[in-house]
Amino acid sequence: MSDKRKTKIHVENLTLIFGKRKQEALKLLQQGISKDEILKRTKCTVGVNNANLEIKEGEIFVIMGLSGSGKSTLIRCLNRLNDPTSGKVFIDDFDITRESNKELLETRRTKMSMVFQKFGLLPHRTILENAAFGLEIRGEEKESREKRAIQALETVGLKGYEAQLPSELSGGMQQRVGLARALANDPEVLLMDEAFSALDPLIKSDMQDELLQIQNKLHKTIVFITHDLDEAIKIGDRIAIMKDGVVEQIGTAEDILTNPASDYVEAFVEKVDRKSIITAETLMFKKNTVVEINKEGPKGVLRKMRSVGLDILPVEDDSKKFLGYVWVHDVLKLEKAKETTIEKALKTEVPSVYKNYTVEEMLPLITGIRYPVAVVDEDSGRLLGIVSQTSLIIEATRYEMDEVMELKEKANEI
Amino acid sequence: MEKLIDIGKYIEIGINALEENFSGLWGAIDNLISWTVDSINSVFLILPFYVIIALITIGAYYAKAGKKAFTKEGASKAAGMTAFVILGLLLVWAMGYWKEAIQTTTLVIVSTVIALIFGIPLGIWSARSNTANAIIRPILDLMQTMPAFVYLIPAIFFFSVGNTPGVIATVIFSLPPAVRLTSLGIRNVPSDVIEAGYAFGATEKQILFKIQLPLAKTTILAGINQVILLALSMVVIASMVGAKGLGSIVYQGIQQNNIAKGFEAGLGIVVLAIILDRITQSIAKK
Repeated sequence: MSDKRKTKIHVENLTLIFGKRKQEALKLLQQGISKDEILKRTKCTVGVNNANLEIKEGEIFVIMGLSGSGKSTLIRCLNRLNDPTSGKVFIDDFDITRESNKELLETRRTKMSMVFQKFGLLPHRTILENAAFGLEIRGEEKESREKRAIQALETVGLKGYEAQLPSELSGGMQQRVGLARALANDPEVLLMDEAFSALDPLIKSDMQDELLQIQNKLHKTIVFITHDLDEAIKIGDRIAIMKDGVVEQIGTAEDILTNPASDYVEAFVEKVDRKSIITAETLMFKKNTVVEINKEGPKGVLRKMRSVGLDILPVEDDSKKFLGYVWVHDVLKLEKAKETTIEKALKTEVPSVYKNYTVEEMLPLITGIRYPVAVVDEDSGRLLGIVSQTSLIIEATRYEMDEVMELKEKANEI
Repeated sequence: MEKLIDIGKYIEIGINALEENFSGLWGAIDNLISWTVDSINSVFLILPFYVIIALITIGAYYAKAGKKAFTKEGASKAAGMTAFVILGLLLVWAMGYWKEAIQTTTLVIVSTVIALIFGIPLGIWSARSNTANAIIRPILDLMQTMPAFVYLIPAIFFFSVGNTPGVIATVIFSLPPAVRLTSLGIRNVPSDVIEAGYAFGATEKQILFKIQLPLAKTTILAGINQVILLALSMVVIASMVGAKGLGSIVYQGIQQNNIAKGFEAGLGIVVLAIILDRITQSIAKK
């Protein structure tokens, strides 16, 4: 789905090295020498090592990593607060690394705004003046910039605070001002550097919700830096995980959780609450044997069941629409009664979900019943796959199959 | 012991060369400073003393009370200082040193203004460039530790006796805190605010005037306060090269062994110092 959207920011082979002997360090890096060795030989630190990113228009792209992973350095390359040592950064089709100072100022003034971890507000100015700062810098008239700043403050829920000073506001509210200042510029790209990291957990969660709401209205391209995986998963359309200046993996939260590209990523995502992220689409078994209600009688169904070794099968109608399940014992009864159709054995009150349902949403459906969960297409009603109860339990508990068996055995003994 | 290196001689040669080659410049500076000092003096001395006391009192009251000037709270806050200003200035007038006090104040004002004209830009420069800072800092150390009397000698050499060498020596002596505290104030502006400025596309000039200077204001004003107090202490010493004012009375007191005279003039200087200090501090606190 994201592939259809236009690429807004394209980072190509971006490397940033801190220190005086950058070129020398760059050569060593390209020869594949390690970061530590380069530091020893040249006293240069590698901030970002050959990063490649494609950020789509209108998405929230999260760059996540622990401190020192180079994520803040990377985001500062996007507006050249840090000058990359090599590589390119395209915003639309313009390579920002080759822009003159004047062009760069123009880009910063009109195309991209930034929100900072420590807010970066001017303590001597009122909230209104702070929100209007970006517009003031680009030379807008007082009247029009204040009008737009008031609008932006309204968007972030700070109406009525215009005349206060930043020191009179709480941290969360100060960051709202930071956000309003960025929004007042009406940029195409919003760069958010650990924007919510300094806030209390509850306020942080509020701000995340609010950002998502604002994004629903405004559809900016947002690059969001964080060290908090839960935050990344909550707000990110796609996530890039960084370690030691290297982008380890890029993908949706589910991609990363289900297919971690490296041990590091795996260790990182281990503790995440997967129940709200893993969807039916990932868990379902797709190649199911299906019964067509108008074509197969009890005999045929029983043969099918025997050949796949299952005592329950899903049933479809002529248009391949999912109807329900049949159990082996019901079909057997029909066979004995010499029935020609299986219609009487069909159970239609079964749990069905769409593919974007999460484990968390599916678990309640299986209480007190023995049916697996059917995943059907939202439009056509066709069966896409089946999620067994066992796989739901395994996903929810993170137990291995043999651990589940062991528990069962123990339970029997008791 | 015989001298191995004769630094003093080279300094003398240098100063001689400066004096001979730029005599026009020195003359022009002398004229400008003398004219300024004389003009301000004559304006102040035309006004009756009570008008000046009233003006200073009102100024001090506003500086202290600020926006609350017309409220009870403001009045009670500024009452002590206002009383001191009135009584102190009346005391100076009553002791018979009104004219000298005016002359001293004029010298302080002129010296301070000149010191700030040079000091604040130098401070900005040394805050924004590490190279400039590395050059300026040792020079400031030298200016502050060199005994103040030493400045008097070349000052006379260039400008002969009078107010001008006094002003020049005072400027040199009182300049360092203006540079240092301006630089300190700018360097202490949090880097995240500066970064935010750059991120929104601010030019260097916008960073300086919209972020750095406003945030460094309190520190810079503290520097100005220091400049004024140093200038006041120096104009006393400057009386040795003919600068007029309370300092010259103290100097006469020393020469004539006149305890009464010296003490009275000294008291006048203390009064001026306290008033100038409190007013500038009140402004800085806002």
